[in-house]
Amino acid sequence: MQEELFTSGRNIPNIDPSLEIWHWPISVYLFLGGLAAGLLFFAGLITFLGKDKEYPAAVKFAAIVSPIALTLGLLALFYDLTHKLYFWRLYTTIRIESPMSWGAWVLLIITPISFLWVMSYYSELFPNWKLKFDFLNNLEKFLQKNRRNMAIILIPLSIILGIYTGILLSAFNARPLWNNAILGPLFLVSGLSTGAATIILLAKNAKEKHLFGKIDLVLIVIELGLIVHMLMGMYAGSEVQLEAMQLLVGGEFTLMFFGFVIILGLIVPAILELTELIGYKIPVAIPALLVLIGGLVFRFVMVEAGQITRYLY
Amino acid sequence: MTTSRRKFIKISALGLGGVAATTSALNMFGANSYLDELVKENVAKTFKRTPTYCEVCFWKCAAWTYTDEEGTIKKIIGNETDPHCYGRLCPRGTGGVGMYTDEDRLKTPLIRITKNGEQTFREASWDEALDLVASKFKAVKEKYGAESFALLKHGSPGSHLEHLFKAYGSDTIAEPAYAQCRGAREAGFALTYGSWVGSPEPTDIRDTKCLVLIGSHIGENMHNSQVQEMSDAIDNGATIITVDPRFSTAASKSQHWLAIKPATDIALMLAWMNVIISEELYDKNYVKKYTNGFDELRDHVQNFTPEWAYGITTIKPEEIRKTARKMANASPSVIIHPGRHVSWYGDDTQRARAMAILNALLGSWGRRGGFYFKESIKVPKFPAPKYPHPKWDWRNICEKYPIAQMGITSEVIKCAIPNKDNKYPVKAMMVAGTNITKSIPQKELLEKAMDEMEFIVVMDTMPMAVTGYADVVLPECTYLERYDGIRSSTNREPSIAVRVPAVEPKYDSKPGWWVAKQIGERLGLGDYFNYDDYKEVIEWQLQKMGTSLEEMKKIGVKHFPRTSGPLYMDENKTYEFATASGKIELYSNDLKNLGFDPLPNYTKHPEPPQGFYRLNYGRAPMHTFSRTANNPNLNDLKKENDLWVNPKVARILGIKTGQRVWLKNQDDVTSTFSIKVRVTERVRWDSVYMVHGFGHDNKKLTRAYAKGINDTQLISKIAIDPIMGGTGMRGNFVTILTENPHKNIEI
Amino acid sequence: MVIDTLKCVGCSDCVVACQTENDVPIGYCRDWITETVNGAYPNIELELKSERCNHCDNAPCVRCCPTGASHQLDNGIVLVTGNECIGCGACIESCPYDARFQHPDGYVDKCTFCHHRLEKGQLPACVSVCPTKCMYFGDLDNPNSEVSQLLKNRKHKTLAPEAGTKPQVYYLI
Repeated sequence: MQEELFTSGRNIPNIDPSLEIWHWPISVYLFLGGLAAGLLFFAGLITFLGKDKEYPAAVKFAAIVSPIALTLGLLALFYDLTHKLYFWRLYTTIRIESPMSWGAWVLLIITPISFLWVMSYYSELFPNWKLKFDFLNNLEKFLQKNRRNMAIILIPLSIILGIYTGILLSAFNARPLWNNAILGPLFLVSGLSTGAATIILLAKNAKEKHLFGKIDLVLIVIELGLIVHMLMGMYAGSEVQLEAMQLLVGGEFTLMFFGFVIILGLIVPAILELTELIGYKIPVAIPALLVLIGGLVFRFVMVEAGQITRYLY
Repeated sequence: MTTSRRKFIKISALGLGGVAATTSALNMFGANSYLDELVKENVAKTFKRTPTYCEVCFWKCAAWTYTDEEGTIKKIIGNETDPHCYGRLCPRGTGGVGMYTDEDRLKTPLIRITKNGEQTFREASWDEALDLVASKFKAVKEKYGAESFALLKHGSPGSHLEHLFKAYGSDTIAEPAYAQCRGAREAGFALTYGSWVGSPEPTDIRDTKCLVLIGSHIGENMHNSQVQEMSDAIDNGATIITVDPRFSTAASKSQHWLAIKPATDIALMLAWMNVIISEELYDKNYVKKYTNGFDELRDHVQNFTPEWAYGITTIKPEEIRKTARKMANASPSVIIHPGRHVSWYGDDTQRARAMAILNALLGSWGRRGGFYFKESIKVPKFPAPKYPHPKWDWRNICEKYPIAQMGITSEVIKCAIPNKDNKYPVKAMMVAGTNITKSIPQKELLEKAMDEMEFIVVMDTMPMAVTGYADVVLPECTYLERYDGIRSSTNREPSIAVRVPAVEPKYDSKPGWWVAKQIGERLGLGDYFNYDDYKEVIEWQLQKMGTSLEEMKKIGVKHFPRTSGPLYMDENKTYEFATASGKIELYSNDLKNLGFDPLPNYTKHPEPPQGFYRLNYGRAPMHTFSRTANNPNLNDLKKENDLWVNPKVARILGIKTGQRVWLKNQDDVTSTFSIKVRVTERVRWDSVYMVHGFGHDNKKLTRAYAKGINDTQLISKIAIDPIMGGTGMRGNFVTILTENPHKNIEI
Repeated sequence: MVIDTLKCVGCSDCVVACQTENDVPIGYCRDWITETVNGAYPNIELELKSERCNHCDNAPCVRCCPTGASHQLDNGIVLVTGNECIGCGACIESCPYDARFQHPDGYVDKCTFCHHRLEKGQLPACVSVCPTKCMYFGDLDNPNSEVSQLLKNRKHKTLAPEAGTKPQVYYLI
């Protein structure tokens, strides 16, 4: 038999027996970040294509969620830091090789913009709460005039926001579960999908619901394809990757992964949306909520399972 | 349940935290200084270094204690010129800092009282405690004679108390390190060569070509210079042959590992002798010139062939022959290592004799790469009156064992039990520097003896289990906080080292010399302690030796030239050994005259019955027996022992690594605590193995309490060596219990 | 750094020495001992190794640090500047050897090759305390240094080379 053990009594908190550095705050942020990325992407794209009048939910109502999501996400991230008082160091340098640095800077820019975006729709969204100060009214008018420019900035930024967390995880070659290039696009597609689902939830007119239903369906199919791609890649990989795959496919996380993420989070909503498109009436909230839950659980599974996989011992 | 006069007091939360530990600000609040950038970078700090020698084990490596500006001990580094450590301390020495910082240390003197029907300890002042102790000394002397007050000791504190006891009139002194540890090998080698092996062993490992370890696990025991020299031997390409039923660390570095069946070592050695003699591989000149009894030896071993040994030891005959030839090929640079803890099965002196004989056949004693002639320098004795002559002493107690050259602890303890045949009653006892509840087996006997004694005083640094039996507990400060006698140990060349306190004693603890002096003065023996501070003694002694405390403070270790002759034998000279015949006695007339086997014989020892496994124990390099289990730095490395179980056994019993089990031995003694299982191929299927020194049952040891099993608890059957009274402890068999046997019992 | 596994006895002196030298809190360690046992009784192999941060040439922990607190010096030593570290934990996730940990003070800590001792011309604490003298430290870029000579003359390996980090701690086997 083979034994591998620590002789010197190593039992570092949060490192042994398996890594437990990132907990729920990170998973929550990944979800909220992806959600905000998706929402802002669609808001920007619709505005850029000049169709903002036709799809008010995408640009207005759903867009309220973005700053809230971003703020909550940032709070979660800040909460997770162990050396909190030094967080400002993030903004004293840009490290091109560190996806986390990109993310920090992108967040720094996109969060105020998302607030400004909502600000620009203020009078439409909150007609009962008039703005008191003149300069705020002028700000709102200014923003309304420059909405298209904001949209142009938002599109690339939101794509980076959606994809960088995946790239961040995939750059950790020490965690076999994360170390594949699919993760970036997968997170982006998942984020867009959750964004579309939110828009469906908050949409008021049927045309918008149907469009985003179709978009969501396409995104779900792409996402399923990417997940299959990821699993096949791990199946063909080295021993540590096989073990990582085992966690998802035949281990502790199988129920969560297959149950909540794949079946309930992807396949069932896809079927529901397909049947909706064919013509049957289905309360549209169900697939949307399932997608959202699936997205959240997916992030949890990836963060928790990924930290269990390791190269040595 | 009979109420015993002396109830073992499990010192739990007695509220003895009266003396708040004044830990330095760094320790307590350093963690919160967000703005203190320089804490990590020690560049700005300057350190003061004080010479000392380590007391964590008996190797006594000289070291430098580094203290920072605030007087906190930062680290302990070995002295480069010290032949014990060559500048590299072992993990216990490096972790000696933890001995000082351990908050569980004994802080004040304690006196046993009965409160609300329960026996417990109360804190007392030193004056009160010392007055009580002195009054008991006087009382015992008046009523029974000073001889009835015994001392069980170990290490530096022991030497101060030995002086006190001898001045008081008692030589009823023993240390477990003799009969429970290396006594048998000293007796065996003394019978053969006329001198002890001693400590540190004079094995020339760094120059050897073949090192044979039979019953020695160098690398798991951390005999510093021996581990270092074994590393040198590996670099030099020396052959290492390990004989051990377990795959020890040394075995993993050996070219030959003979996985011997336990308790059959003598058979193997007899077979080796057979091969070496019959193939004429022995050192003919050496044997002719220096030994007596070769013919008897040759006749004796001629039937002990490797084939005969194969049936007993399960080692193949070709292996026996191959290893014997390798040993002989390396002669005289070969060492059959005498081991250290050799009290196994009761025939240990004979086994040591076999080792000594093998060494003599291969001509290694007194040769390069074998055993060198060690020498130490005598430290002049500080002037004191002559000791009174006691009416009886340890020699009388141990008269049954004529070869015993030191007190046998178990015999001394037995003398405490009233018995009409007991001519040497021990009525009171002092224990210093040893945790006898862990080192002495047969707990029942120990407890009975403790109960019968009128007074027990214990001096220790930690609230070890032995303090639970005491009437008075005296807290000694650690070696880092006191002066002690000059270390003069035997090595290739004589050297001395001093111990200078690096910091003031913590809490209300005091040095051993001060305790001895205080008791002595109260007994009117002030003349024996003609100094105010032990520093004066050291200064006087150093001056007489041609140096000074100032010089020693700068260098730490001083070497002296040899005066007793060269390190190794000169081929052209003759040597006389300190035996009766002046030669190495292969055939021992001394033993024959006393009625023992003059040449070693193999006797079969009991084997474990079905379902039982032999309990084997050993050491871990990061701990010293039970002394360091609570040391914060060392506890971090190893908190508890684990039970090594062979995979075949694990399969039969259905146990897995990490599972907790209890042990019950052949006398139905069950372990108090549980132990974690480690299923490993490294241990034989007929035995289990664990590291000694865990399973502490004193709650005051917050880190060590209830961690692992105390193997001594399960050693209820001992085999007494008839030659020198050693206690053989490897003959106990245990069965593994997967369910908690104490669940239904209210304690 | 070159470590001779044939001589290491796993005594863990390197662990304690590092602890006292670098004020590592109890419960944490910058280096540790691993034991690998292979085979079946009585044909067994045992390997003891002292492991720590490998100060990799292609260090993922330096790449992923968002503030630059984790940086590499010219001589190859990877260090963490405590007051630039935000405690995000990315470097810990990126290390295939699990050599980093969160110090109770909040920043990330790991073996520094006793950088402060090297500046004074001393060897790292672990190397200078090892009783079996199985640890060697020096300049691997210098072909005449002891460590380079050892690598030239003896079989050696590194840990998890497939992780692509180019670790600079070699084990002689």
